[in-house]
Amino acid sequence: MVSAQKGQVRVITGNAVGAYGAMLCRPDVVAAYPITPQSEIAELLSQFKADGVLDAEYVEVEGENSAMNVVLAASVAGARVFTATSSYGLVFMYDALQEASGFRAPVVMVNANRETPGIHCVSSGQQDLISARDTGWVQIIVENDQEILDQIIMAYRLAEDYNILLPIMVNYDGFYLSYLAEAVEIPNIEDVDAFLAPLKQQPERQKLVPGVSIGCGTHGMEMGYVEARYKHCQALERVKNKVDEIDKDFGDYFGRYYGGQIEEYRTDDADIVILASGSATGTVRTVIDTKREQGIKVGLIKLRLFRPFPAERLVEVLKGRKAIGVIDRSLCFGWKYGPMCMELRALSPEIGPTPLLSYIDGLANLDINVPHIERVIDEVSAAAQGKPYQEVTWIPMEE
Amino acid sequence: MKEIRIHGRGGQGAVMAARMLASAFVLEGKSVASFPMYGFERRGAPVVAFTRVDDKQIREKTQIYTPDCLIVIDPGLLTLPTLFTGLKPESVFILNSPKKLTEQPEEHLKTGGVVNATQIAVEEIGRDIPNTCLLGAFAAASGWLKLQSLLDCLPDYLSGDILQRNLKSAERGYREVEVTKW
Repeated sequence: MVSAQKGQVRVITGNAVGAYGAMLCRPDVVAAYPITPQSEIAELLSQFKADGVLDAEYVEVEGENSAMNVVLAASVAGARVFTATSSYGLVFMYDALQEASGFRAPVVMVNANRETPGIHCVSSGQQDLISARDTGWVQIIVENDQEILDQIIMAYRLAEDYNILLPIMVNYDGFYLSYLAEAVEIPNIEDVDAFLAPLKQQPERQKLVPGVSIGCGTHGMEMGYVEARYKHCQALERVKNKVDEIDKDFGDYFGRYYGGQIEEYRTDDADIVILASGSATGTVRTVIDTKREQGIKVGLIKLRLFRPFPAERLVEVLKGRKAIGVIDRSLCFGWKYGPMCMELRALSPEIGPTPLLSYIDGLANLDINVPHIERVIDEVSAAAQGKPYQEVTWIPMEE
Repeated sequence: MKEIRIHGRGGQGAVMAARMLASAFVLEGKSVASFPMYGFERRGAPVVAFTRVDDKQIREKTQIYTPDCLIVIDPGLLTLPTLFTGLKPESVFILNSPKKLTEQPEEHLKTGGVVNATQIAVEEIGRDIPNTCLLGAFAAASGWLKLQSLLDCLPDYLSGDILQRNLKSAERGYREVEVTKW
């Protein structure tokens, strides 16, 4: 493949970008139910359909559970599908999420992250993606509008890969990114076609069509269940390298690389590393630049792939560091650490005995702002020098 | 980097104004990032929207705490206790009000621009949507943006008769704003 043509640059919101990303991949079936902060995607896709720009079946549904079941059924019948949701919508389709991954259906879904039910809170936070952690989906988290678009395109290459066949959830921070207007390059649809073309060269996947008996979403007692789950878990393991491969292909063609499973920023000679995800990583980069000028050797790992957890690459980068700080925009009920910190702690034997500091911040539309990140870097830096530290800090509770 | 914070109420066009500003600055070759912050979508509820403008790529994804410019669409929001907190030196203040500014509202503010944008919007658009008028006032008072860039970005957001009305409203904001220097 040569390089893609330069696309059109437009100033549009993350949600609009999500709709463009989906449209460019030419889905056959779209079903989405509007919910704050995702509504604009559902509205725009139906507008694209009405304008004839999107040649897909747009199924109007009465709720998110139906949306997921519609796209699941269509996917099993061989269609390329798209849906989008957030928060209450995501938990309302919780059973259908597990059906989709159990069916090994290559559904691509956008999730504009928002806090979950219990305390009614229409605001940003990653609790929804955490609540869907064990549904068997692939979960990817992005940082800015351009990455939303590019990741949706990459998601189809991953989901529909013959050796993967899993549903992919592309997560972006609601409010911070869903409503963020910035300049985005929208690729030409022919170039997206070319990037997705390798999917057509692989063996055709099984389809549920009238008159043909295939096994999908079947009953599976005892070994039937075990074997299907084993294969599902093996496929998730294969996702890790595949994400890196697709990222390289995408970068070679479109000129934008994202690092695959994780992106490293100024980690080469870093004594301490901050691990964060989503929109907050942009702000972390600016603070790292300032701290570097003050002589603190600090770097960032942006966690892009959350499920499957990129264990091998994280160990490779984090081994030998003097201290690590993890910023979580969500909670892990029943563990004192934030969810991503808890995941990282499972790798402690491989990473080695280094201080690991957990920070909870940015819940419910509270900013992960510059002073907060400065504080995190200062404390992790002190821990690296052997000073005593607090294992878990809820930053807003200490202000 | 220039940081612009807009205070308005749901329905007045604060969110759209912040986006239009971003689009206008892109026409001048700048990098931009703009987003609002609110919970439920409710007409009349206070809304705050942010636009950052820079020559280099903007990575920050936080609300704006140290604005270079405040645009207040609803003068009723002047009573917000933290409205002027964190202003950078030499800041610009754009206000929709029928009354003139008689004194400097805060010591960091060096330029004030007041226009009766509600009246102009009612006359030109037929409804109290004063956002484009205030953007015209912003272009004139701050000197950071050409009026033409603002007018050129509006077709990305509006069309037909309503576009023509907003173009007039923006131009009148540019011409009729009363600028005070402190």
